[in-house]
Amino acid sequence: METFILIPGRTSNQGVGISEGKFKSTYQAEIHRLLMAPDDMRRLGVAAGQTVRLRSEHGQVDVAVEPAKGDELPTGLLFIAYGDLSSRLMGGDTHGSGMPTSKGFDVMLEVLPVPTNPDPN
Amino acid sequence: MIQPTSNPPASELQIIEDATCTFCGCVCDDIDLHVQGHQIVKAQRACVLGTSWFLNHEIEDRPACLIEGRPASVEQGIDRAAQILVQARYPLTYGLSDTTTESQRVAVSISDWIGGCVDTTTSVCHGPSGMAFQGAGEVTASLGEVRHRGDMIIFWGSNPAESHPRHFTRYSLMPKGMFLPEGRKNRTCVVVDVRKTKSAKAADIFVQIKPKADFEGLWTLRALAQGLELDPHQVETDTGVPLSVWQDLMDRMKKAKYGVIFFGMGLTMTRGKHANSEALLLLTRDMNRYTRFVCKPNRGHGNVTGADNVVTWRTGYPFAVNLARGFPRFNPGEYTAADVLARGEADAAMIIASDPMANFSQPAREHLKSIPYIALDPKETPTTRHAAVAFCVATYGINVPGTVYRMDDVPIPLRPAFPSPFPSDLEILQGIERRVRSMLQN
Repeated sequence: METFILIPGRTSNQGVGISEGKFKSTYQAEIHRLLMAPDDMRRLGVAAGQTVRLRSEHGQVDVAVEPAKGDELPTGLLFIAYGDLSSRLMGGDTHGSGMPTSKGFDVMLEVLPVPTNPDPN
Repeated sequence: MIQPTSNPPASELQIIEDATCTFCGCVCDDIDLHVQGHQIVKAQRACVLGTSWFLNHEIEDRPACLIEGRPASVEQGIDRAAQILVQARYPLTYGLSDTTTESQRVAVSISDWIGGCVDTTTSVCHGPSGMAFQGAGEVTASLGEVRHRGDMIIFWGSNPAESHPRHFTRYSLMPKGMFLPEGRKNRTCVVVDVRKTKSAKAADIFVQIKPKADFEGLWTLRALAQGLELDPHQVETDTGVPLSVWQDLMDRMKKAKYGVIFFGMGLTMTRGKHANSEALLLLTRDMNRYTRFVCKPNRGHGNVTGADNVVTWRTGYPFAVNLARGFPRFNPGEYTAADVLARGEADAAMIIASDPMANFSQPAREHLKSIPYIALDPKETPTTRHAAVAFCVATYGINVPGTVYRMDDVPIPLRPAFPSPFPSDLEILQGIERRVRSMLQN
């Protein structure tokens, strides 16, 4: 397990998906996609599409990983579109500001083993 | 089940010129809509977000009202909604960013009658900036002034290429201005962010700041503006950026004729929150000793700025207002929806044009699910699914007229495309207000 900084944020696809409907595929696919720096993926041996578990002090989620393009994301950072998964990792305390800490918070990342195919016999 | 009108309009193409898009705070009012019957088939000049907004808000085959998940008449829904609000001891009205100013006014009135909290999506967007405005003030301008004068455009913690796709082309980077005849060539664009976003790729200068270090970065610039000597090692350790880069940026800022800083959630949602926003506002103010500088928060929703304006007219404060004692009290952290829900304080709620069940923290969402609440939305959302009373309403700017405020506080009229069989937010809220007043009198 390793500590990363999670950055939830807006994406165009998420915005498009909001208008299509939050229960439809564009929005759901976008909020269930975690971007990781390619160097981090190589170092941890994570393949594109593999599921990782993110734990914060407030919750945990399992999410599939995709590589960020080029140098878009520095190592040590993760990006996910705002939505149900990022909300589960967010705490309720706003420290008197009204705003929960919604970006730039620490998460523990655990690479989950790829499920093996059941024996057909 | 609501049916379309018995004599639907003929499906010849109608063109609505200069319609107003309310997906984001850019509020572009130059969209030509091609309308066939109850469907917009093309939105000329709209960005990808605006196109999706216009083309996907058609008349859905759903009941106008659900009570506990079962179809009901709008009148029954209004009655039940008023009951919930009048019987509550600590009701919360929340949302308001995707509805008209006319509806926002009524929502505040209802909150006043029932002695509740009224808060808007500002509190989880630029609420921290709103707090900072009160301490530091905002040196600002209209987007028109930015377009015509701004020769140095800084985006700090904001990614308009994804969140406000026409920001660059309509206002901030590309257009020719009265004092910028060559458009983009007359401008320098700087992006400060923790990751290399699409916006960073459009910039002349990208400053990749260390996460959670925006406060330190802004105060470094404030110190450099005043010519204070800084420890290069300390600056680089604190911000992740060499002092020489900050110094170069400050030198360029001082040479600008008209600098603009747009800022976003990268400041308000991270460590520091209102202290980050305050640092940026103070930096902007400082820069006016040397040249002209303004700043503007990039607002996310079409009428969240309208909500700030309306709640301020009506109560004296922009969000996080409590009316339980018969006069308005303002306290972010005490009366903000995220807190009132996460601490389990609200015993009823009315959620208008927003989706806290998708975006709030888990404790807040669990509590909201446990209390009776009313939801108004043109779309089915996680919030409407768990509402005790859910109204499917007409979409503002597509079906109903009204006024919205662009992110720079300019009021803009809506030009709807086609009528809807669903009631508007305004009609529902006016009905609830009448019923609430009648119940309170009895």
